[in-house]
Parts: sequence; C-alpha cells; structure tokens
Amino acid sequence: MPRHVAFILDGNRRWAKRAGLTTSQGHEAGAKRLIDIAELCFELGVHTVSAFAFSTENWGRDKIEIDNLMSLIQHYRNKSNIKFFHRSEVRVSVIGNKTKIPESLLKEIHEIEEATKGYKNKHLIMAVDYSGKFDIMHACKSLVKKSEKGLIREEDVDEALIERELLTNCSDFPSPDLMIRTSGEQRISNFFLWQLAYTELFFSPVFWPDFDKDKLLEALASYQSRERRFGCRV
Amino acid sequence: MAELPGQIRHIGGRMSQLLEQIYGFSRRSLFRVISMGPIPCHIAFIMDGNRRYAKKCGLEDGSGHKAGFSALMSMLQYCYELGIKYVTIYAFSIDNFRRKPEEVESVMDLMLEKIKSLLEKESIVHQYGIRVYFIGNLALLNDQVRAAAEKVMKATAKNSRVVLLICIAYNSTDEIVQAVKKSCINKSDNIEASNYKHEDSDSDIEGTDMENQEKKIQLVDIEENMQMSVAPNPDILIRSSGETRLSNFLLWQTGNTQLCSPAALWPEIGLRHLLWAILNFQRNHSYLEKRKKQL
Repeated sequence: MPRHVAFILDGNRRWAKRAGLTTSQGHEAGAKRLIDIAELCFELGVHTVSAFAFSTENWGRDKIEIDNLMSLIQHYRNKSNIKFFHRSEVRVSVIGNKTKIPESLLKEIHEIEEATKGYKNKHLIMAVDYSGKFDIMHACKSLVKKSEKGLIREEDVDEALIERELLTNCSDFPSPDLMIRTSGEQRISNFFLWQLAYTELFFSPVFWPDFDKDKLLEALASYQSRERRFGCRV
Repeated sequence: MAELPGQIRHIGGRMSQLLEQIYGFSRRSLFRVISMGPIPCHIAFIMDGNRRYAKKCGLEDGSGHKAGFSALMSMLQYCYELGIKYVTIYAFSIDNFRRKPEEVESVMDLMLEKIKSLLEKESIVHQYGIRVYFIGNLALLNDQVRAAAEKVMKATAKNSRVVLLICIAYNSTDEIVQAVKKSCINKSDNIEASNYKHEDSDSDIEGTDMENQEKKIQLVDIEENMQMSVAPNPDILIRSSGETRLSNFLLWQTGNTQLCSPAALWPEIGLRHLLWAILNFQRNHSYLEKRKKQL
C-alpha cells in the first residue's frame, strides 16, 4: 500500500456541466468527494493524502468562481468534517503561498492546523494557492539567504537540504508514492514537481466527483502491479 | 544462368530502394498534413525498455541498448523532419550508476562509441545541422566520455537549425542543487564586489546601494543557472515501455508538459507513437494557450 497518495482533483466544472449543475455545485461535490476518498485511503492504511485544491494558476479564473472556491475551503471547517478529523485522528495541514488568501480563511486554516497537529498516524495535506515551482524557488531562495548569512556553506547544499526547505516538510512522507489525476488530462500542471521524482502516476478518465471507491481500488491495484526500480535493476 | 542470382539481388535492391522512397514520400506527405495544426517546439524522451527488449528477443543485454540507439536515430529524423526544433533525451541517469558495474561499463562504452560517431560526416548531426548539448553532472563521467562530449559540443556550437539535448549523468534534483550552488556563489561574489565599491563611496550613496543589493538578493534567479535553460520547456514528454513516472527527469521543466506513456519498449517505438502524441498535443493546445494568456 502506498504511504502517501496525492490527488489532482480535476473535472469538477466539466462534471457539473454534464449533470446540468452550476460550477459551484460541481466544486461542492468535489469537496465532498475528497473527504470520502481521504477516509477510504486512511481505512486502507495510507498514511498521508495530499490534494491539489487550488493552484496559483487558478487565480486567473473569474472572480465568482474564485470566491466560491475560497468559501468552500473555508467551510471545510464545518461540523461534520471537524468531527471526522477528530474521530479518525487526522492531522490537517494547508500548504501554499497564502499571501493572496483572505484573512478570514487564513484564520480558519490556522485554527484547524492547531487543533489537529497532535495526530500522528494520518495526515491530510491540502495544497491551496500552491505551485510546485514556487515551492522549489522558495526553498532555494531560503538556502541562498542562509548561505549569505554564513549559516550554511555553498558546498553543503544538497538534495536533502533542499527537501527540508520545501513546503512538504510538514510531512513524514513528503514524496508521494502514487499520484492520481482525474478527468483524463495527462499533465502535472505545476503540482508537486520535486516531490514527484519517483512517484507512480495514474491518470483516470473520470471526472473528480465521479471518482469513487472502485476507481480508487483500480488505481491502487495498478500501483501494486508496478515494478519500482528507482533507476537500478531490482 | 549464373547471372540470375546477381540479377535477382539487383532487382531486390532496387525494389527495396523504391519502397523506401515511397515510404519516405508518404511520411513527408503525412507530416505536411500534421503540420497544418500546431507543432510542438520541444519533445523529450525517456528511452525506457532496452533491457526488457533484449530479454524478450532472447538477445544478450548490450544488444537492447544498440537496438535502442537505432530507434533513437529514427525518432530524431522524424522529429526534425516535422519541424520540431528541440529534442531532449534521457540517456543516463545518476541513479543508473548504481546498476551492476559491468552494465554501467558496457553502456559507457556504447555511449563513447556513439558520441564519437556524431562527429562523422555522414552522421545525423551534419545532415540536420544539429547543435548538441550534453546536460548533466559531467564530472561523474569517465574522462574519455566527458572529453568526447565536450568535443561534440564545441564542434556543433555554431549549428542553429535544430537542437539535441542529451541528458547524461543527469538527475533533475541534481540540476536544481547545482543551480542553487551557482546562485550562492554568484551572490557571494556580488556582495564582495559591492563591499569593495563601498570602501570608496560616499556614505549618502551607501544607503541606496545596500537597498539595491537587498533587491538583488531577493531576485535570485534559479532558472538562469539551470543547465536546461538553453531550451524552452518541453511540450510533450514521451516515456516508452508503459511506465508512468518521471524518474527524476526534467521535474522543473515539465510542470505543464503533456505526458505520454506508450506501452511499446524503446526499441519498438515508431512513427505512430510520435504522431499519436502530437495529435493529442494539438487537441489540447488551444485550451493551454488560453490558460497561458490568463496568467
């Protein structure tokens, strides 16, 4: 079983269009689906579930949709989700740029991170206003600054040091073993870049709100059938 | 009567030449049709499956890599005929050094032979006017391979029609680490240079200079120091043998790249796989261009 499964939640809008619903209803269905799938993953023994909830590039969408998405993320801290996080002892972390996120949402995020930070066995990471390039850039800038201050030497810079500066340093397993992207698009779209170096990728043709238990098991079965060589002969 | 076998061979030779010409003509016509849609500027290949191919055909290990090299030459020909300007290939990963020493040695010997052959008059480099770059931690290669690579880069430096980037002793994470190290060195050089200037300058000017220096520090451009900055980001990444993972290849550069993973092993890769990838690229192209404009 993979220890860390990452999801690119693609297809909410197309699902809504096909079902004759509004975009915001599509995103709501997607948000609910995430909790269901995360719960399933944890039951199956996965330790960390990460989800690409909102990309830095999504700021280019129209204002109404962005407002809907922000309000959806805010309402993640609703009663039933909070109950689920505490009942199942899930630690929740939100990673991303966070500079453009409304103050009220930042407060909600901080509260939920504080409330669940003691849980060790299950981790839900939501990537909000996240960009893989930004993550690497910010880690590199941080190291360059440290080198200027004499805290590290240039020759000390190595892969482990960079990895420790990435936003996924909140996790015990920063690199996903499996990444699932729905809706048939075969791109990373600037989600985790460094962290996906050896991740098995699975592209599912269904839209995210339709990604159910069967589809998840199909993805996990595919993962288990793969031979991971990491560049060497096994 | 004794001439008959010779005549047959002659006719056979003429037939196969004719067939090749017909095939070439059909291929170029097909390319003209495909070119009516957008053509990718840069395609990257992960050439996976040589060893499995050798096993499947009952050949010895090294033959898989040789068959892989032929497949590569065909792919390059198709790409450059189609008008694709940049082709990047993942020839050897830093992780591959951890394979059995005999295998690493035989791959290095094959690489040396093939790198040297690029300098020959009849090679594909001269046919298409290819500028060749070797991208990776070249210090990890043995002296002969490194020297041959540097010779090829120097000899092709003036070519400008198309570009071939060969990733050898390469890992994306290593590329990023090297870029950060360069940035650290550049920054400390800049600081030293401006400290030296300050010794002579007015104290009034000093304040502004310090501010500018701070700004420079904030504008660290990792991208400039990446070895792959000589090419734009790939539009398509094709990994053969059906594996769907990046294996530490071009992680920084493939954020928005279309990923394809045909099941064919690398020596079995053919024109149809390339065309399929390009048709998919054309299908998604207008949507992606719209997204780029929104940013």
